Amino acid sequence: MRGTAAFTIAILVLAPALLVQAQGTPPASPLTLITRDARRPVPTTLLSGQELIALDDVAALFQVSVMEDSLTGGVTVSYRGRTIVASADQPMASVNGRVVSLPSPIVRSGRRWLVPVEFLSRALAPIYDQRIDLRRASRMLIVGDLTVPRVTARFDTVGPPTRATIDISPAAPVTITTDQSRIILRVEADALDFALPGAGNGLIEQIRAGDQPNTVTVLLAGTAGTGRAAATTADNVTRVAIDVPAAAGAPDDTAAAPPPAPAPAAEGLALTPRRAFQTVVIDPGHGGDDAGVRGEAGAEEKQLTLDVARRLRQRIETRLGLRVILTRDEDRASALDERAATANNSKADLFISLHANGALAAGVAGAEVFHLRLDSAGEDARSEAAAEALTLPVLGGGRRTIEVVRWDLAQAAHVDASAVLAGLLEEELRRRVPMSPRPVQQASMRVLTGAAMPAALVEMAYLTNPAQAAQVQKDDFKNAVAEALYDAIVRFRSYAEERQAR
Amino acid sequence: MNRRRLLPIALGIVLLALLAWGVTAALERLARPAPAAPEAAAASPGAETPHIAATLFYASAEGDSLVAVRREVALAEGIDAQGRQIVMAQLGPAPAPHVSVIPKGTTLRAFFVTERGDAFVDLSREVSTAHPGGSLTELLTVHAIVNAVTANLPAVQRVQIMVDGKEVDTLAGHVDIRRPLSRDSSLVREPSSL
Repeated sequence: MRGTAAFTIAILVLAPALLVQAQGTPPASPLTLITRDARRPVPTTLLSGQELIALDDVAALFQVSVMEDSLTGGVTVSYRGRTIVASADQPMASVNGRVVSLPSPIVRSGRRWLVPVEFLSRALAPIYDQRIDLRRASRMLIVGDLTVPRVTARFDTVGPPTRATIDISPAAPVTITTDQSRIILRVEADALDFALPGAGNGLIEQIRAGDQPNTVTVLLAGTAGTGRAAATTADNVTRVAIDVPAAAGAPDDTAAAPPPAPAPAAEGLALTPRRAFQTVVIDPGHGGDDAGVRGEAGAEEKQLTLDVARRLRQRIETRLGLRVILTRDEDRASALDERAATANNSKADLFISLHANGALAAGVAGAEVFHLRLDSAGEDARSEAAAEALTLPVLGGGRRTIEVVRWDLAQAAHVDASAVLAGLLEEELRRRVPMSPRPVQQASMRVLTGAAMPAALVEMAYLTNPAQAAQVQKDDFKNAVAEALYDAIVRFRSYAEERQAR
Repeated sequence: MNRRRLLPIALGIVLLALLAWGVTAALERLARPAPAAPEAAAASPGAETPHIAATLFYASAEGDSLVAVRREVALAEGIDAQGRQIVMAQLGPAPAPHVSVIPKGTTLRAFFVTERGDAFVDLSREVSTAHPGGSLTELLTVHAIVNAVTANLPAVQRVQIMVDGKEVDTLAGHVDIRRPLSRDSSLVREPSSL
């Protein structure tokens, strides 16, 4: 408590000094320091593509002492008997004797030392008394044990009624207030980490950060009626479903709206952008010695998954003309990493793993869709991926961003799109086959973790349910599942291409 | 004459030695704690053995979720020993009407807790080879073990499941268990007590 108060005083006293920029170019948006009592911009500077912060400012903010070591050409940072030693030669620091990597060495700029902003999370955080959480993607530096859930939103239907979903992760209680022109969500949290779509859709003009640090505002169009919102919590995510009908008597201008004007052609030499959707990888689960779940009357998971995968491939190839790759096209065993690698090596735009489920009780039935739940390592990978993206020049001019992420956590960068995919799969499956009471779930599914593209796992039916075990052997069922998956892929392709066009 | 005198002396020495040995053995026996007591306790884990009320996890009668059930587990000294007792109880049969989510024949090979608060639960291969498969059942198996350890040992935050002494990708091809897992209550229905 005393530490927090001292920290706040330090911020208030030093705020004017902190606004003085170090040498270099300021970044597009400042880093915002968030503590329980204050929110302040923290000056950083871009030097050779690396975001740096002055060590003087770090010393003032975090009450650390800095000693320059002219012999080694580096600095020693001390905090309550714990030390960090960093030199200008190496992109690393020794933190209480343990070496941690930094994206670049520390830099001397005039009389000041500048350190990469990652110094805070990688070197200072391990020796500091309070939690330091650097979220570069959302430009947040959170100090202290604060609750700052991530808020994502997606539009499900343009409508009317326009439907949207707002996810708050990890879950937090939400109070919903509705009036004629907007819906306000007040989240029980210290602040919110927003990843919201830039534009509105249908009868929702915009979903944006609210007036308070813990509120979200859904702005409704003039022709919208009173919106409804309902919150549910599952798998440590609070999901708010928004439903906005048209106002009684209002013209349906959403449907009548003229198509948007085509984007102007880029002037001069420009590379043709890659189409958002070219390749789909379908993964028939299990195979070979691994039969998966066995049901009554000879139903086997490995056979069902391969059969439906082939039916789906035929539909996508003939109707959409896309490239379709099956991770196995015969009855053979295949390691889980090999399946994700097939998708990654073919630069797939979508990965769907097909399975059939099993339960200990025969009564359990219905289809389910899984998308990946990140554990703490996955969450770290996601923020690291955003933080450590490299921008490299490409042939013909321009630059390309390369995401740096551990290969076995590649899905971390695609969890939001995968959630959209899972929602579409569930909607289309629901129209054709029986669904389980928990139709969409988040879980740490191993085959999804390494897929570097939007990915989901579909459990088509429970083979331990006698009725379903008989049903899955019929062409009607297999065609219904293949058709549902095909329709979901068509809808997801529109979503992905729209997203790329933004 | 000398021989006649020597014989009683020799017999006397032998008698004294036997007497000394007998006294020493008797004293040692008196000083030693009764060895039969722990064997008797182990043979009958009855009323005198202290117990704790632990929360264990089984499939609901409907089979689609876990239910938390309070059961008595033998009290043990130290977190590792107590953890062993809890996991062994979790591996055992489920009380009716619930169903165990651990494959039959699964045994506990080792249990220990690191300084970071990660528990390592090393199970025999049957947890994988005898698993019936399916995402749901696999999720229930994994989280019954993780939840049983974290719910009863507050010092443990995460649980790493191992099979036959090795880290494995999954138990039956679905759920990622390469890293320590935290408690997940989303699969748990309302608690019941026996």
